[in-house]
Amino acid sequence: MTENLNVFAVRTLTQKEYFAPGHRACQGCAEALAIRLVCKALGRNIIIASATGCMEVVSTPIPFTAWRVPWFHVAFENAAAVASGIKSALKVLMRKGRIPSKKIVTLAMAGDGGTADIGLQALSGALERNDDFIYICTDNEAYMNTGIQRSSSTPFGASTTTSPAGKVKMGQVTWKKNMPAIAAAHNIPYVATACPSYPIDLIQKVKKAADIEGAAYIHILSVCPTGWRSAPELSIKLGRLAVETGIFPLYEVERGQYRLNIDFPNLKSIKEYIKLQGRFRHLTDEMIEEIERRTHQEYEKLRAKAGKGA
Amino acid sequence: MGKRVGMEVSIAAAEAVKQANVDVISAYPITPQTHVVEHLSELVANGEMDAEFFCVESEHSALSVCLGSSATGARSFTCTSSQGLALMSEITYIASALRLPIVMIIANRTLSAPINIWNDHSDVMSIRDCGWIQFFAENGQDVYDHVFIAYRLGEDRNVLLPVIINMDGFTLSHVIEPIELIDQEKIDQFLPPYKPVLSLHPDRPVTMGGIALPGIFTETKKAQEVAIRSSMPKILETWKAFGEMTGRYYHPIETYKAEDAETLLVTMGSFGETASAAVDKMREDGRSVGLVKIRLWRPFPFDAFKDACLNAKQLVVIDRAISVGACGPVASELKAALYEGHQRPSIYNFVAGLGGRDVAPSDFIKMVDKAEIEIEEGNKEGFEIYGVRE
Amino acid sequence: MTKPELEWTWKELPLGTTMLEPGNSDQYRTGDWKTLKPVLNKELCIHCGLCYIFCPDMSYNLSEEGYFIVDLFYCKGCGICAKECPTGAITMVLEEEEK
Repeated sequence: MTENLNVFAVRTLTQKEYFAPGHRACQGCAEALAIRLVCKALGRNIIIASATGCMEVVSTPIPFTAWRVPWFHVAFENAAAVASGIKSALKVLMRKGRIPSKKIVTLAMAGDGGTADIGLQALSGALERNDDFIYICTDNEAYMNTGIQRSSSTPFGASTTTSPAGKVKMGQVTWKKNMPAIAAAHNIPYVATACPSYPIDLIQKVKKAADIEGAAYIHILSVCPTGWRSAPELSIKLGRLAVETGIFPLYEVERGQYRLNIDFPNLKSIKEYIKLQGRFRHLTDEMIEEIERRTHQEYEKLRAKAGKGA
Repeated sequence: MGKRVGMEVSIAAAEAVKQANVDVISAYPITPQTHVVEHLSELVANGEMDAEFFCVESEHSALSVCLGSSATGARSFTCTSSQGLALMSEITYIASALRLPIVMIIANRTLSAPINIWNDHSDVMSIRDCGWIQFFAENGQDVYDHVFIAYRLGEDRNVLLPVIINMDGFTLSHVIEPIELIDQEKIDQFLPPYKPVLSLHPDRPVTMGGIALPGIFTETKKAQEVAIRSSMPKILETWKAFGEMTGRYYHPIETYKAEDAETLLVTMGSFGETASAAVDKMREDGRSVGLVKIRLWRPFPFDAFKDACLNAKQLVVIDRAISVGACGPVASELKAALYEGHQRPSIYNFVAGLGGRDVAPSDFIKMVDKAEIEIEEGNKEGFEIYGVRE
Repeated sequence: MTKPELEWTWKELPLGTTMLEPGNSDQYRTGDWKTLKPVLNKELCIHCGLCYIFCPDMSYNLSEEGYFIVDLFYCKGCGICAKECPTGAITMVLEEEEK
């Protein structure tokens, strides 16, 4: 049974799909679902600048495109810069009267690699300039499109092809980079985390970001059955567990004010989340304890920031 | 005749960008391009120019911003040199393949290592194959004029390619030259606002930059290749129209006292003016020397070049860049151009002026002397770096 | 109908490899990827729409009767809808090979 009461508003959402079926994403790809929901939230008056990655490749194999909105892909690390360029062009063309003035939301979309690693420079620049756009990071926690290599967004202990669980080193040795915190440190008006397992919450956050003047950053956890070695039908359940165990809390930072969207008095055990994913299969009890300890520590810090400290 | 003013060439370039009604300028500073972007930012800050001026966080982003804005239908400009060009080089290939008519001025500066901020052509030589139309300016007036030529040419519906204007860093960018400014009404007539064929807008959603699998990729490159080759007539047409407006006519290859010359100096960029002084001196001394100046680097004007060299017995090609392990880039190109002809002059290739080293008229004379001796001694396809202290 | 990739000549390609037909991926049949297909028991369905909203392949459409019906042309058989259905109205069954 689902515990998310928001889902009962599903039927009030628009039936229109701006991300078309027939794209080549894997079965059960929650990243494709995230993109679908973002597009549903915003409608047709948007322009998307995409980085290289899973979504770019699965959605645009020439001559087929899944995009029913304008979409532009240039390279891997510059989604934010291209979005800045698009936004500035819209601004100046409307000001000079060359195109009619109307609200067109500019989005940058990139994966965790194209955001936290190679794309960090362009993102930081765009956030510092407070360019009026929404940056969507769909985080599947590795370089999935190139074959499941680790990124700085890969969680501690996860086995990837470049951080494999071997005899000497057992999976990712560093902790996941906190991208929402980095975005918030730029003092932009809106930062949020979201997960497609909570579709209404995601849609509301994207709509809020669209109404904000200035830069908005939304970090969306995207379960990847192929890379996480989980069953495709569990993609929604895993996303929910990530939130319920405190691994991926849902929160917003609006003008520096933290707000926890769901606060769990008792977080579920990490084991429930980990046991469903093959990438964590090799974890020792010590590692699991360490992960749990640290997750709870970070969760408490977040609660404190949101004014709910013990 | 428009107003003739003495101004620094970088400033003239910036004034041209203003007069060209550019919509979006993205800037990242690197010596010796800085004066261009500094002046542009002043013009925008003072309200003298209505454009979005962006300070970005790297050159890679500078060009990426231009791609985004050009794809949305805005006339876009950026400027860089050396390491900045190397950093944004991956994007230059993309801009051309996506057919976005961006204009970029490169204040040519050498590539590290060692780091050196002065003039040579190695930066732009590293992107020979990127698919942009490329001009080399000889003097300040060229730089100023070519901003308008570049936009009109690039934005032509039958061209739609990005354009590079090469301006020797410091040697040109930082010198004060007489520039004849063109009246704004004339420019507005010569260069109407940009009307894109395809652009990013919700009213007509298009997908730009998809992935091409092996079965279709070759066809996409053929399309791009045809585009740049068939831009040649448009380049000539645009130069003609510009000439009719200003009285200054440009050509892919320009010659100086070359008609009956036995020996031809070949240069590109600001070397041309210095070499012509050397040619004058050599002609005074009764030597049969002339000068061929390459203005259009890409698409390379093979036919025009062959015509210019019809009667010469030897070419002394001066490259301002080194292709380490091979001969100079211009010399390689020329050898390819002349290979088919039944009359092939000897070619002696010098690489001179690296890292901003000064090359005076007397140096050109020494180079011609050396080349003539070497060729007589049977060293027909020689190569050397000029002026190395042994 | 968009021509398949291998039938395009270079002259037919739009400017700069741009694709001019928005959403034409909907001509591509991802439905033959699946092994299992979802089957709906209408008696258990409460019309909540979770199957529709959670489908990464936009394979569910609202019918006139008010049920969300799967489009097997796109459905990849991931099983999310069956897993998330709050009343167990959807079951995944082996798809028989269509001759």
